[in-house]
Order: sequence, then C-alpha cells, then structure tokens
Amino acid sequence: MNRIDYLFQTKKERVLSIYVTAGFPSLEDTLPVMEAIQAAGADIIEIGLPYSDPIADGPTIQESNTIALENGMSIKKLFAQLLGFRAKIHLPVVLMGYLNPIIQYGVEEFCKKCKELGIDGLILPDLPMSHYLEEYKELFERYGLFNIFLISPQTSEKRIREVDEHSNGFIYMVSSHAITGAKAEISPEQEQYFERVAGMNLSNPRLIGFGISDAATFQLASRYSQGAIIGSAFIKNIKNSTDLNRDINSFIQGVIG
Amino acid sequence: MIQVDEKGFYGSFGGAYIPEMLYPNVEELRENWEAIVASPTYQVEFQSLLKDFVGRPTPLYLAARLSETFGAKIYLKREDLCHTGAHKVNNTVGQIILAKKLGKKRIIAETGAGQHGVATATVCALMGMDCTIYMGELDIKRQRPNVERMRILGAKVVPAVSGSKTLKDATNEAMRAWIADPVGTHYIIGSVVGPHPYPEMVARFQSVISEEIKWQLKSKEGRENPDLVIACVGGGSNAAGAFYHYYNESSVRLIAVEAAGHGIHSGKSAATSVLGTPGILHGSKTLLMQTEDGQVIEPHSISAGLDYPGIGPVHAHLHEIGRAEFVGVEDEDAMKAGILLSRTEGIIPAIETAHAIHALNQISFNPNDLIVINLSGRGDKDLETYIQWGNY
Repeated sequence: MNRIDYLFQTKKERVLSIYVTAGFPSLEDTLPVMEAIQAAGADIIEIGLPYSDPIADGPTIQESNTIALENGMSIKKLFAQLLGFRAKIHLPVVLMGYLNPIIQYGVEEFCKKCKELGIDGLILPDLPMSHYLEEYKELFERYGLFNIFLISPQTSEKRIREVDEHSNGFIYMVSSHAITGAKAEISPEQEQYFERVAGMNLSNPRLIGFGISDAATFQLASRYSQGAIIGSAFIKNIKNSTDLNRDINSFIQGVIG
Repeated sequence: MIQVDEKGFYGSFGGAYIPEMLYPNVEELRENWEAIVASPTYQVEFQSLLKDFVGRPTPLYLAARLSETFGAKIYLKREDLCHTGAHKVNNTVGQIILAKKLGKKRIIAETGAGQHGVATATVCALMGMDCTIYMGELDIKRQRPNVERMRILGAKVVPAVSGSKTLKDATNEAMRAWIADPVGTHYIIGSVVGPHPYPEMVARFQSVISEEIKWQLKSKEGRENPDLVIACVGGGSNAAGAFYHYYNESSVRLIAVEAAGHGIHSGKSAATSVLGTPGILHGSKTLLMQTEDGQVIEPHSISAGLDYPGIGPVHAHLHEIGRAEFVGVEDEDAMKAGILLSRTEGIIPAIETAHAIHALNQISFNPNDLIVINLSGRGDKDLETYIQWGNY
C-alpha cells in the first residue's frame, strides 16, 4: 500500500506535511532536514525540486529555489542524495516541482527512479488535470506514484468533484487566492470555503496549504480538513539556522503542540 | 494548415500548463473570447479605436532607396506609425475591450523594454481602468523614459526583483499577481506566448497587419501575396501578425529574424530556434533556452524586445515543420542596419526591427522579388542605445 494511503487510514486528523526545498539551506542538508522533520513528529515530507521560474510560489520559496540552484541542486543530484533514504525515513515523501525540469530529465525515467527510491507522490502545480489525464496518468500509475491535485477557492464544485474522482492520496486545498507564503492569517471568507468543501463529502482526504504558518493556523485548518501543509514559514525558520535539528524540532513542536 | 487546435496546440507546441489557481481565469477567457470578439458591438468599438486612436491602417510604403540598395522591391509595413510607436497597441486595444466586456476592473501586464507596458497603460488610461505593470528591476533602471511614460499615463509600475530581474521574471510576477486576484483582474499578455488561448488571441489581434498588407499590396501591385515577409521575433507578436494571413499561402516565404546577440553560439544570444529545446515556459510548450537540467537560461540581445528565452508556440511549430525560415542577426549588424534605414529612408527603426532589416543581407532572394518587411516599431525608445553604440 502507498504510504500516503496508509497514513490517512491510521491518522485521520491533524496531519502535518512539511515542505522543504531540496538542497536548502545547504546542498547536503536535504537528508538531514528530512530526518529532523520526521524526528520532530511531522507526518508527510514534501521535497521541492528547485526551479528558475516557480510561478505558483511567493518570495520565500522563490528565494529558497534560487539558493538551492546556486548550491548546485538538480534532479540528478537529489536522486543521488536520496539513494537509500528509506533506511532512515519511514514517512510518506512527495516531490513538488514544476514540469519543465522533469520533462528534460525524462518523465518515464523520473517516475522509474521515484519508484526505486521510494517516493510516494508528486505535486506538479503547472500540470493541469487535462494534460495529466492525457499524457501522464498511465505512467504515474505504472510506477505507483500518486498525483496530488490542487484546488482553490475559485475551483467550481463540478471541478472539485472531478479532481476528487481522479485524485489519490489527498487533495491539496490552496487556502486563498494567493501564492505560497502570502498571508499570515485565515479570513472568514476562507473559513467559509473550507466549510463548503468539508461539506462535500469527498472521497479523498484534504490538506490545506498556503498561509498556514503556526499552531493557530494549523489548528484552524485541521478543524475543516485532515490537516495542513507548511512551507514558507518552515523555510524562513531554517534559512539562517545554525542548528537545524534544534530549530526544526522547536518549529514543528510549536505547530503541533 | 497552420491552425491552433481546440486544446491550444500548434502541432506539438502550445497548450495551457497552468496552476489550478489560474484555471478558472484562463477557462473563462478560452470559453468567451472568440464569441465576444466576433460580436458586432465589440467589432464596432475595436475598429473605430484602431482607426481613430491607433491610426490604422498603417501605410505600406515602397522603400525605393532601400530597394535599390538590396536589389529587390521592398515595402515597409509602417507599424512604427501606430500610436505609442509600435504594433503592441493593436493587441492592447483588442484585449482592453475584451476585459471590459468580461467585467474586469483591473489590468495587469508584464513588460520588458516597456513598449507593451506603455501600450497597456495607454489603453487603461483610455478606458479609465486601474493598471499595474510588472517590470524587471534591471529593466526599470535601463528603460527609465518608458517607466515614466507609464507613470504619466497613471499606471503603477512594480519591480520584479526575483531571478534575473528582467522580462521573464516580470512575466512570473504578473502571473502571481493574477493568481492573487483572479476574479477582478485581466492579464494582458503582450506577445504570442502564455497559456492557450493567449497565443492565438494575441496573434488574432495582430493579424490586422497582414490583413492590411494583403489589400494594400493588391491595390499597389495587383497581387495580395508578396514573395517574402520578414519580421523580427522575440516572443513573436509582430511576426505572428505579419505572417497570419500568409501561414497557408505556401508561395510566400516567411522569414523570422531572431537576435543572435554576440553570435549564436557565443553564450550571449537569444536565438531560440537554434539554441532552444522543447520545454514549458509561462504556460505553454515551446522551444526554450534552458540548461540540461531544465532551468531557464537568461538570453541576451541588445534589443530588450527580443531578449526572451522562448518563442511563441506558433513560431516553434513554423520552425519545426519548416514553414518559416529562421535567421539570426547579431547585435552589431542590427545596429548597422538601423543606421542604414535611417540614412536611406529617413526612418530610425526600433533596434528589434533593425534585426529584420539586416536579414536582407543574410537570405537569398531574386531581383524581381516583392518583399514586405514589418517595420514593427520606431527607434525613439532606443536613442540611448544608439548613442552608446555611437558608430554613426
């Protein structure tokens, strides 16, 4: 069974996914950061593949992408770092990235490598549902990779139902009209949207991302979904860290209490 | 047939590779634009603005001394005489009326050298709409006069401070701004790039160029089709407009002129057709200058308008099937061609356009050939670059 499915079968609330850019803050930090995230008590690790033009990301994650690229991170380098990582990491791991570097790597080769290493799913913000269904679905399924779709406050009910039908693992609920890291609090309008989607009885679990940064926002998101994803706030936390283990532990403990 | 399919592809290039957050906006546009543009009320307003505000039709001018210099009959399509100094305004007029009909209150756009930004700020002033232009921080410093023109026209100019701080980053910022306000905002993309339906929509608004060439040539020469049409290509909007009604006229040679910078293989160039490989940029699959890891490479050209790491998907397709011939013109040669046109015809061209002029030296043609060059913009904005180059 895919680790993501197993997680949601055993844990139905307050699931915390942490996003970190591969090769950030330093090139060789990828695996140590993953280990620290796991040790601190998070449930899913989302590793960002750095890209020169991340259009769905705000300034914090853009900057982490730039730094990671300057550090020399690439898909090839990441796969080399992840070799054998399943000996240490039991949490579900998803890769988040933009399509172009994956196409250049070779999509099938990429999927094959993900399966060999033990990656559970992919979040590809610039791969819309229609292109996924036509070009990639069969390939992802062949290699046991869950494709995680995003929905936003503008997504129609009809389309949310379609997303639910084609999703596996979980649905990534973008909390607002925003790029990552744009807002620090949750408005009443956002709560209405959370409530509306919660009332749709979707077959997939939902995690809320964008604008989730601390215990309060995590708590609130968890009231309307199975949990949340934290990216920018985590990146800020480790950017200038002199003790990754300590800072990651205190950040995650601070969120989940 | 060169034609976009219903999913937005020209052959293997195009599509709409966009985040879900933009799906409703792009879908709204895709579903509605053709019907709105075809409607009589739209057409009345559009045609009247093209005529009285933009100054269309632009002349098709027989460049006698240039013809004599190169030994062919050369016509210049005078898009440089459009209001605001370039063809860009054809598209912004088209899109602002569309935005109004879609009930949008706010306009955003990206700009490189500032020509599209100025053309957008101009139509926003005309329509009384709120306007924000995203421009790379480096370009803001390099293109001060255009920044001030936009501000005079009432637009807000926001610097893009990420990445290389130029056009591609300004485009990223504009897309992010669109994600942040999907309901009230329309994004006026300035070239035949971006997710479907933008490439086709922008080409359609620019297609007035070849539509006019056809009837103007008919009345001057008794024939609608020239032997060659030459246009410069950055993203490719003026070329798409000049080629549009000739895509499927196989007797007409289409010459797309790219910026070869310091030399195509010098590492400082924007010759995407040679250096690019298929990839995804700003929402469409196209030819793209990138590293083997798929990171976008920052191009170089002396003309900011050609300084883009991709080309519109229609041009990638024209290249792939061999329908258009691609020529790379270097910085130095473009500057010389700009001086040549100034001295032979009394027209100082935009440096982008000067690339198209120089292509006459790099392609073969017959003495009795009829050639149309799309004179996409005037050189006023480039005065500083001409002065710094100094070789005149």
